[in-house]
Amino acid sequence: MIFYQFMEATGAEIVVRCLAEEGVEFVFGYPGGAVLNIYDEIFKQNKFKHVLVRHEQAAVHAADAYARSTGRVGVALVTSGPGVTNAVTGIATAYMDSIPIVVVTGQVPTPAIGLDAFQEVDTVGITRPCVKHNFLVKDVKDLAATMKKAFIIAATGRPGPVVVDVPKDVTYHTTDFEYPATVEMRSYSPVVKGHSGQMKRAVQMLLEAKRPMIYAGGGVVLGDASEQLAELTRLLGFPITNTLMGLGGYPATDRQNLGMLGMHGTYEANMAMQHSDVLLAVGARFDDRVIGNPAHFAREQRRIIHIDVDPSSISKRVKVDVPIVGDVKNVLTDMLALLKQAKEKPDVAALNAWWTQIELWRSKNCLKYNRNSPIIKPQYVVEKLWEVTKGDAYVTSDVGQHQMWAAQYYKFDKPRRWINSGGLGTMGVGLPYAMGVQLAFPDAQVACITGESSIQMNIQELSTCKQYRIPVKVVTLNNRYMGMVRQWQEFFYGSRYAESYMESLPDFVKLAEAYGHVGMRIDRPEDVEAALKEAFSPALKERMVFMDFQTDQTENVFPMVEGGKGLSEMILAEEL
Amino acid sequence: MSRRHIISLLMENEAGALSRVAGLFSARAYNIESLTVAPTEDATLSRMTIVTVGSEDIIEQITKQLNKLVDVIKVMDLTEGSHIERELMLVKLRAVGADREEIKRTADIFRGNIIDVTESTYTIELTGAGSKLDAFLEAIDSASIIETVRTGASGIGRGERSLKV
Repeated sequence: MIFYQFMEATGAEIVVRCLAEEGVEFVFGYPGGAVLNIYDEIFKQNKFKHVLVRHEQAAVHAADAYARSTGRVGVALVTSGPGVTNAVTGIATAYMDSIPIVVVTGQVPTPAIGLDAFQEVDTVGITRPCVKHNFLVKDVKDLAATMKKAFIIAATGRPGPVVVDVPKDVTYHTTDFEYPATVEMRSYSPVVKGHSGQMKRAVQMLLEAKRPMIYAGGGVVLGDASEQLAELTRLLGFPITNTLMGLGGYPATDRQNLGMLGMHGTYEANMAMQHSDVLLAVGARFDDRVIGNPAHFAREQRRIIHIDVDPSSISKRVKVDVPIVGDVKNVLTDMLALLKQAKEKPDVAALNAWWTQIELWRSKNCLKYNRNSPIIKPQYVVEKLWEVTKGDAYVTSDVGQHQMWAAQYYKFDKPRRWINSGGLGTMGVGLPYAMGVQLAFPDAQVACITGESSIQMNIQELSTCKQYRIPVKVVTLNNRYMGMVRQWQEFFYGSRYAESYMESLPDFVKLAEAYGHVGMRIDRPEDVEAALKEAFSPALKERMVFMDFQTDQTENVFPMVEGGKGLSEMILAEEL
Repeated sequence: MSRRHIISLLMENEAGALSRVAGLFSARAYNIESLTVAPTEDATLSRMTIVTVGSEDIIEQITKQLNKLVDVIKVMDLTEGSHIERELMLVKLRAVGADREEIKRTADIFRGNIIDVTESTYTIELTGAGSKLDAFLEAIDSASIIETVRTGASGIGRGERSLKV
């Protein structure tokens, strides 16, 4: 902006103006000594809104969810020392799922660095292993360019969190301010286009396949490539599976979709994955929760094509035959063009035989559960939530059994609707995630599926919801246990439930009411639907609703691939 | 099969550059046999030589992970082609009586220089591939070694093979 050019500004003003120039809508943060100058500039501006959380971890989670749901860079602002250490869980969570966020952290004044000053930590050192990149800005003259670099690095290539550590003296030093339109970095140039020879080989391989499978991960969602993926999948007529992070990348209600794969994936998805002869992996990374034991996976002969923007994700756990490094959307677009030009067509006879086999696996109906239970089944709550919200809600979750049930029973047809901590598995993300999404989409239905253990890890954010009137709907599947821990203890530790029982739970209804929200407790299956309908009714549209569903304590997540086992070695629910 | 590799890289000469590389190796449990780092003729660049041991798969991951670091400009596995490797070692030896002549002869054979002399000690400077330095230490009586200091390997490609921006 011409107006800003060559005007003296303090470091604090520069931070705030850079954020405004980036078109930032929300900054999630918490003030403290080292960032007081920045907060003073925030007070004076009206370009973006600051959202005051109740704990820095929640600030980063909310910024992360804003990024996941909108595709834009999320921003958090925290003070030095404990502000930073509290933020680390949020940063690591975003890092594991490749989420573009910029976290501005205060730091003690440069002359005090290294002297064990009050609220000093080595922020760059502490965050280094869990960021895409980080900066310590020692000179106010570098500040604007560093902010620009931070946004570029966070959003491009394989996205990720970037920390910008700003010492307090830098925030009051002045310099001429001009926000650069872009910054050249000779050391940073992510690959964008796929290798044409490799793409030709890939297309050829797909057309030769007898038992093909498409395995699509979070990269499809992050790379906004779901349209291209859907076109390719439909053109080929191949079965497809989404990872936990990839849910919504291909419509869940489509017949070609075999559901999620992995440790708690469907029988048909895991079997098709294991027995495929040509596997197309798109924006996925063959991690331990997805393919189980790599040696078992490698027992079956198959050729693998792997598209990913990050070369280090390729051939990391599983050797692939055709690596294609590039932006998933570009690569899929180019491959679609090649497919349409190709004279060969997929082998229809082989495909039909393959689908017959898949339908046989599908007919096991691996996600069935007891619908006549007098106690509320958690799966039932998720299914009803899907119905009541017409499959169109943004759903966040915490971590554990409820997360898996949400992933299995809420059918995501659109990308960026399913917001969860897949890589790090961070309990406590659900509520701050819901806040970030709801602020980004004020008119949308936002549900946080959680458990009574996870929700307590960031329960203080009920206060933030009150302050900003954030009308998220919390769906607590309350089984009085850390359910997933209990499940593993039942299966692998002789039902010795060491410290997994949640005693002394609060009365969640009263707790919600104490914060000025609506609380509901639901004890009977026949009341589930009505409660959900009421929570999502126009009458409560502006209200935050906390639903406490008393669910079956003994319910387990099935199917299950035990850690270290192969994908086809699933434990299924007993025949009901 | 695990093999010794010499990886050279150029990165931005910024504060914390070394810790990004060292941190990567420890976080991902890769071996570092030695690591040397210094600025190049262009003061904005640091050149690093890392000696590591690993299978082809591990080395491939190491190379990719290094390339992924935002500050890293170029990475080359020197051992993939023709290259020269040199390391500097300083060895302080107990040198009295008849040993003095013997040590000097051995140093000469290895083309080492005696760079400090006292009545009871020699300090020898020796340059060469790591294996040559190892051989020198093998060749002398281990009881006479007071201290050794090695720089770790530096490497460079032969002929036109070069690593530059």
